[in-house]
Amino acid sequence: MLNRTIAPHITNAVDFHPALPPYKKFVLKNGVEVYALDLGELDTLMVNLVFSAGNLYEEKNLVAATANYLLKNGTSKKTAFQINEHFEYYGSYLNRSCQNESAEISLHCLGKYVNELLPVIAEMITDSVFPQEELGIYIKNMQQRLQVSLMKSDFVAGRLIDAYLFGEKHPYGKFASMIDYASLEQDEIKIFYQQFYQQGHCVIFIAGKLPADIIDELEKNFGSLPLHPWNEKIKNIEHPIIPAAAKKYNVVNDVNGVQGSVRIARNFPNRHHPDFQKAGMLNNIFGGYFGSRLMANIREDKGYTYGIHSYLMNHIQESAWMISTEAGKDVCAATIEEVYKEMKLLRGELIDEEELQTARNFMIGTILGDLDGPFQVVGRWKNIILNDLDEKYFYNGVHIIKAISAEELQELAQKYLQPEDFYELVVV
Amino acid sequence: MIRFEKFQLKNGLRVIVHEDSSTPMAVLNVLYDVGAKDENPDKTGFAHLFEHLMFGGSVNIADFETPLQIAGGENNAFTTNDFTNYYVQLPAENIETAFWLESDRMLSLAFSEKSLEVQRKVVCEEFKEHYINKPYGDVWFKLRELAYKQHPYRWMTIGKELSHIENAKLSDAKNFFFRHYCPANAVLVLAGNIKTAQIKELAEKWFGSIPGGEKYIRKLPPEPVQMEARKLEVKAEVPLDALYKAYHMASRNEDGYYFAELITEVLGGGSSSRLHQSLVKEKKLFSHIECHQTGSVDAGLLVIEGRLIKGVDMMEADKAVDEEIEKIRANKIDEKELTKVKNKTEAAILFEDMSLMNRAASLAIYELLGDANLMNTELAKYQSVTTEQILEESRKIFDDKNSNTLYYYSNN
Repeated sequence: MLNRTIAPHITNAVDFHPALPPYKKFVLKNGVEVYALDLGELDTLMVNLVFSAGNLYEEKNLVAATANYLLKNGTSKKTAFQINEHFEYYGSYLNRSCQNESAEISLHCLGKYVNELLPVIAEMITDSVFPQEELGIYIKNMQQRLQVSLMKSDFVAGRLIDAYLFGEKHPYGKFASMIDYASLEQDEIKIFYQQFYQQGHCVIFIAGKLPADIIDELEKNFGSLPLHPWNEKIKNIEHPIIPAAAKKYNVVNDVNGVQGSVRIARNFPNRHHPDFQKAGMLNNIFGGYFGSRLMANIREDKGYTYGIHSYLMNHIQESAWMISTEAGKDVCAATIEEVYKEMKLLRGELIDEEELQTARNFMIGTILGDLDGPFQVVGRWKNIILNDLDEKYFYNGVHIIKAISAEELQELAQKYLQPEDFYELVVV
Repeated sequence: MIRFEKFQLKNGLRVIVHEDSSTPMAVLNVLYDVGAKDENPDKTGFAHLFEHLMFGGSVNIADFETPLQIAGGENNAFTTNDFTNYYVQLPAENIETAFWLESDRMLSLAFSEKSLEVQRKVVCEEFKEHYINKPYGDVWFKLRELAYKQHPYRWMTIGKELSHIENAKLSDAKNFFFRHYCPANAVLVLAGNIKTAQIKELAEKWFGSIPGGEKYIRKLPPEPVQMEARKLEVKAEVPLDALYKAYHMASRNEDGYYFAELITEVLGGGSSSRLHQSLVKEKKLFSHIECHQTGSVDAGLLVIEGRLIKGVDMMEADKAVDEEIEKIRANKIDEKELTKVKNKTEAAILFEDMSLMNRAASLAIYELLGDANLMNTELAKYQSVTTEQILEESRKIFDDKNSNTLYYYSNN
């Protein structure tokens, strides 16, 4: 008779060795680097062009994001409709996104069609015209979208906490207003485009089942353009981080709101700091997964929220340690109190071996699971490369998960999980 | 082509194995043939609340999460109007841990009062986060009630109202469990770096002794054919007017499902789609408009939804949508347009199949729809659709009598 109370044998995390499949690196004639991952069985492919064209480089709010967004909205030869129709005809997805440091164009397509699509991407980064008509539609639609977002407490809370942490002038902390949209001018978009796309700094990531001629095709389409290697220094752009002086905020956004968006956060060093990956482990135990202390206490024991999470922000210059949840309006204060209680426990008591082993195993399992397929693997590489790190960062992270001691974690908690260092915000 | 093997245990549990040695991981996916449509109209939201209770300990194992985390695994679940699906992903070496945990909660739950009490609160917060504390959050409640008068698709998976969740009792949970959670009503899928022979042994060992239970035969009231256009007007604290139009369409097993899916792509799939190009870009009536379908097993809804540009009159916007609808009812779409939406569908299927977890869930869902191998014949069905079929189906769907229109007005 089967005894169901006895767990089957488990192979522990220390016996697993997550490996990051290596890339091949190519350099185009103009110096642009290509990181290539040939992985996978299906005829799927991703081509990702990353430009140093994030909002860090703009002199006026929203110019970087607007230039990036409108790359798809017209060249001297094609209308926005023709460009969209071309990519969609081949069943591909052409996305663009603008972050703080970088701005991207990413193509997901079937390998068999990629050669029809790369020339149009080249056209977009050499010959975009940013028609006034398209800019006008964009401004109006984005303003409307912003109006809706501003009604959501989580959106408002996200903006405010970033501003407290980094300052309203810093690229990580600034946010868009209706007026920012209204004051966008075609000329400033064009000037930004010339500098940061046409003659920009670029790096390319490709992943999937790579067609044999893919590097030749990249060379043909992008190798002769006046682009620069992404890591060649542009110019000294310095953005000082100026955190807010006051630490506690209560904001009423919607008098009828039934929940509060709670954000508790502190500034934290970037990935090059020796504590970063270790803090990642502590974070995991604190609020990084379903079995974490915050989740176990505040959701699974008290039922104050559908979910509570903590994480280290993925910024290059400087990170922040963030705790985030949407909690019932009448239990926001109790939620905050419990978060501080959990910090205190981590400062005061060693994490017991069983809990630590669970977290180690879970995290190694998660890394193994996350490396599911070429796009996920290249995503890891991209993060490493754009942060100016190498594969040692990945393997060091694995080592820390397996080896960090309870004493080290307690020291980290004493160093970083001090309530007086945290900003505290509730938006209802 | 997704390869798999299929077998059945004596208790009726259907098991599907999909081997993939390119990953170090394995997935165990259990799909139960029960969703919000099987709920009592006075106790809605229960299938989903029950999904939460499935994590509150089973008859022999007090804690579901911790052993799984120790095995390096993660898991989650989702409930729809049609199904409830649970999945575990973990390093393949530890696959037996997933069998142990998942089989015990199919056998029976702990039914703890504390778990029910906490999860009632958690689900209420989920309800508030997604449907109350959010502009336009109540739209689908209204749209479903407008379009369905008999069929239980008329309520949302989260439930009709908070009180239904607040009033849930442990006895309800027990009845629900023993009615629906048994081998006869489930499909088990194993995928990843595993071997079929090993899985046969493990499935027999852990699931073989669970009583098969009775196959639940649902007798849902069919939705009567809609005989006249329905309209509803609402005012709410939102910054912009919004327009929603929902039309009854074919069920999952009918050819019409594939026609409808392609119609949504022609009208609303991407920035070169008809509605976006005409109404956002050319006429500038909407800031955003899309078209999609609910993907339901029983006859679902094809929906057009858009936010109006401030100052645009609702009637004018509605009329402009109707003009686009008239076009697709009047003339066949171009062959090129058809090729485009077929290519998009092909790519979407391939991208979805890249993930091991998706493959496991899809195999389970197709098996419940009749045969796991439908997963491999799906694309051919889309590819055989003709412009005549699109025209004919458009005429059927976009009959004015079949329309449910919601004018969602801004209060300010």
